[in-house]
Amino acid sequence: MRVALVDRPIDVAALVAEVAHPGTGATTLFVGTVRDQHAGRAVTGIDYDAYAPMAHRECETIGAEAAERFGTDRIVVEHRLGTLAVTEASIAIAVAAPHRVAALEAQRYLIEAIKARVPIFKREHYADGTRAWVDNRGGSVVATSGAPVEGTP
Amino acid sequence: MTTTVLLFASWADALGSRLAVELPEGAQVADLLRELSSRTTGRALPEPMVAINQRYASAAQVIRAGDEVAIIPPVAGG
Repeated sequence: MRVALVDRPIDVAALVAEVAHPGTGATTLFVGTVRDQHAGRAVTGIDYDAYAPMAHRECETIGAEAAERFGTDRIVVEHRLGTLAVTEASIAIAVAAPHRVAALEAQRYLIEAIKARVPIFKREHYADGTRAWVDNRGGSVVATSGAPVEGTP
Repeated sequence: MTTTVLLFASWADALGSRLAVELPEGAQVADLLRELSSRTTGRALPEPMVAINQRYASAAQVIRAGDEVAIIPPVAGG
């Protein structure tokens, strides 16, 4: 199991290769990418920031939970920080397990727990030049310039 | 005691990314949040979590001298 916060593009093929093992018959890859719209607004990019030491620790905790729960430690998580353009990968998770159910369920557990618990923050850039911090709860959205907006992730 | 508080995202925009806060001995997380709220009157900031020494803390957890305290706005990883 390996987790990392990175400040360069994520090489998703390298993650798949990293979890490969002769004893595994199923590999899942999840890639989260920057979408070009949010709540009806055109998005041109996202800044990702983190409380890095805690974010790393929390990712490791979640990875260990998944390993325990689904019986495989062939897990790699990379989350990118910094400014990303539309279509770039913000997160990639690769899981390999002997059988598909464990690989699929571990994958779902990892991404949902990471989205809920890891102290990573994002600020969307909009086509109209404004920017706003948004969150994964679908709750309040705080504008840093321009008018406040409402949205869901 | 003086506690150094780390802030992120919208809370960092409002108060800076690092803040020295004077708290009485035995102060709890809820006391810190009240103190910070008094500094952000009129701003629409999301209710944060608080971490002490890189672990999420409850409102009743006591802050001790030397603790690493962080204000964690709603997270947005993934």
